[in-house]
Amino acid sequence: MEVFKYNKPIVSFMENAKKFGIFSLVLVVLSLGLLFTKGLNYGIDFAGGTVIQVKYKGDAPIEEVRNLLHENKAYSGASVTFFGSNDEIAIRTKSTSSDVDADVSDEVRQLLQGTGEYEIRGVDMVGPAVGDELRTQGLMAMVLSIIGILLYLSFRFEWRFALASVVALIHDVTIAMGMLALFQIDVNLPILAAILTILGYSLNDTVIVFDRIREGIRTIKSPELGDVIDESVTRTLSRTTLTSLTTFFVVLTLYLFGGEILKGFSFTLLVGVVVGTYSSIFVASPVLMWLKFSIVEFREKEAAALKREKEKEKMRAQFEQGTI
Amino acid sequence: MGKLNYRVVIFFFAFLFGIVFSIPSLTQSEEGKKITLGLDLQGGLHMLLSVKTEVAIESKVKSIGTSLKYSLEDEGIVFEDLKIDEGKVIFELLDSEDVPKVDKLLQDDFKEVLIQKNALVYEVGLSSELSKKTEQNAIDQAVDTIRNRLNMFGLAEPTVAKQGTDKILVEVPGVKTAEDEQRIRALIAKAAHLQMMAVDEDRANRVYGMTDAEAKQYGDVILSDVNDNRTKYLLYSIPILDGSMLTDAQVGYEEKSNRPLINFSLNGQGAKIFADFTEVSVGKRMAVVLDNQVYTAPNIVQRIGGGQVQITGSFTPQEAHDVAIALRSGALLAPVKVEEKRSVGPSLGADSIKASSIALMVGFIMVVIFMLIYYGMAGVISNFALVANLFLILAVMSLFEATLTLPGMAGIVLTVGMAVDANVIITERIRELLHQGNSITKSIEQGYNNAFTAIWDANITTLIAAVVLYAYGTGPIKGFSLTISIGVLASMLTAILGTHGIYQWILPKIDKNKLGFWFGIKPEKGAK
Repeated sequence: MEVFKYNKPIVSFMENAKKFGIFSLVLVVLSLGLLFTKGLNYGIDFAGGTVIQVKYKGDAPIEEVRNLLHENKAYSGASVTFFGSNDEIAIRTKSTSSDVDADVSDEVRQLLQGTGEYEIRGVDMVGPAVGDELRTQGLMAMVLSIIGILLYLSFRFEWRFALASVVALIHDVTIAMGMLALFQIDVNLPILAAILTILGYSLNDTVIVFDRIREGIRTIKSPELGDVIDESVTRTLSRTTLTSLTTFFVVLTLYLFGGEILKGFSFTLLVGVVVGTYSSIFVASPVLMWLKFSIVEFREKEAAALKREKEKEKMRAQFEQGTI
Repeated sequence: MGKLNYRVVIFFFAFLFGIVFSIPSLTQSEEGKKITLGLDLQGGLHMLLSVKTEVAIESKVKSIGTSLKYSLEDEGIVFEDLKIDEGKVIFELLDSEDVPKVDKLLQDDFKEVLIQKNALVYEVGLSSELSKKTEQNAIDQAVDTIRNRLNMFGLAEPTVAKQGTDKILVEVPGVKTAEDEQRIRALIAKAAHLQMMAVDEDRANRVYGMTDAEAKQYGDVILSDVNDNRTKYLLYSIPILDGSMLTDAQVGYEEKSNRPLINFSLNGQGAKIFADFTEVSVGKRMAVVLDNQVYTAPNIVQRIGGGQVQITGSFTPQEAHDVAIALRSGALLAPVKVEEKRSVGPSLGADSIKASSIALMVGFIMVVIFMLIYYGMAGVISNFALVANLFLILAVMSLFEATLTLPGMAGIVLTVGMAVDANVIITERIRELLHQGNSITKSIEQGYNNAFTAIWDANITTLIAAVVLYAYGTGPIKGFSLTISIGVLASMLTAILGTHGIYQWILPKIDKNKLGFWFGIKPEKGAK
């Protein structure tokens, strides 16, 4: 089966680059707006607090639980929501306790007595110190991976490629975080993992397109970068779409079947896959063009590098044949 | 079939390796190295504890005070007002002729202390090395003690380990109910800090009108009775001896009332101190204090030698049993507190396994069918690589006896989607070359060549993100980056090397008139 025919005409992506640029800019600005107004809803991993998951036999008496907790001064700020189904609730409170033998979960367990037959299925309690530490570590992880990837790409391509891919990356992560703010999803450790995965994934996509552009610069006659990009992007369109689809579908199964705990994680990834695919074509490549990347210059440099590479290859071939 | 080549042989062995080493994990057999399930999947209690080291420092100062007092008295030196204030032992000599004696004593027997002298007033504190040592010691000792206690209670494979410089990781799998969990926590938390303290008989009758601050001025402390907290005792804050000199503790029963009590034995030094003290204190009271509560405060009738002591008090047999075990496993030098707790009930863990397995299965089947329909036989070859990849992830994790967490499962699911990427890129390249009218052999070889740099660079970027995540992630997140990393590395082997080998192997079979079957394409007539 072939959806993208080989001899289909080359799509003029770069002619419309400005339109997509504006569209992306609007999305990014909206996301930033959301991040600054609504803000991220930090979950207990980063903000500290306690989440208690309670499953009832039959429907959970959510109103009764709410009233019970709100009557108690210590838990007046607690939120009680259904968790995945009608018989399961999650109680979230800012309170934590440092006592080993008597903590928030024990108190809540006492409070809930008489609300029906229930089972405490899970308790997560993160003290404020740990939350701070995790947040610092999370930020460090993000910054370090961006730096690492930037260095690697500068080394493998050219600094404009690296910069363009990082612009696309920031675009993706900002929009993904904007969506987290929009839907007020609890930002916990798995979300951080998802964001870092988006980081890797978005770059993965961009690198594939850039690799083709790099190749196109050598093989395509036109000295216009726009033409080279158009042809290269058209050639990778099939791959980009297919891989994005397989990834999208597995993440979708994770979202649909993976259970309540992985919902936020897979949602973030879903956003990331869509935005990452879009940005590798409509953000990274135009930015490369706008950075005034010069084909002629690059060809000269590449020619020199190619010569070295060829020599190396020859050596390798000789080595494999055992002549050295 | 074509000739076997090194690529397909490596792939075959990798596949075999993957299957063989993932068998123990898949069948959960007793033997062989296998993947352990994380607490979020099998259920259990995870806690990150820290130690209140300031308490350890405080009690270190106190114990210096105790031995100092004992040594001074032993040497017949007359002193006044020995008390502890702001982390220092303070006392005043009455006779200036004793100064050299005291100096020598301090120098010989009290290492690593800081001494400040102001005329005849001595202030003895901890040096910074000793403070640090005391803190580390308290943490290490807490690790050992908690481990001992959990082992003694017969809990299945608990993990107690130091994390970083000042945290303790406690993991107890297989905790069934919230009540069990609480009992385990109570056991961990029990300080089991035993002290023998002398009652300050001179001021004892004023205890009910005294504030804590006032008591402190006299070098005393006010503690209440375990059974009735309205009953107070005024005790010298420096204990006669403490639980560190204890060698054994057993539950016993009182002869007449058959009430449970705890017998404990002191080591030689403890026995001597105890005997000496009781000898000079006949007629006075001595309190047995456990975790800052007075259990009993009998009158001393005569000198007690032999180092056998009893604690009575109204224990239930269960309590006596717990206290004895806690005393035996040693006191916590300093109390522990919870920084982080994650507790997963067995039913939640089972649900997570079920849900993530379903996601893995559905995702896998979808990708496999998709590849088959879209790429024909080329898709089947990629699917081989995908299956091999999954087995390799399991095998590598089994060999390292790694822990599979819920995010780890998510990582495997994600790998299924991303691992076919390499084959998508390669097959697209091959198709392109076929469309250009190249021979099958050339299309395959050239296709792999063209695709390689893209796949390599793309995978390295993913790997960089995953490695950073592993370095900075904690617990379950490490599991996610682990499976992603192994998945990426394995896909280089299976998707690039493996499928290439298969193509070369079956090359003679590939019919150039059946490109639709082999690669899912219909080349245009006359395409060049």
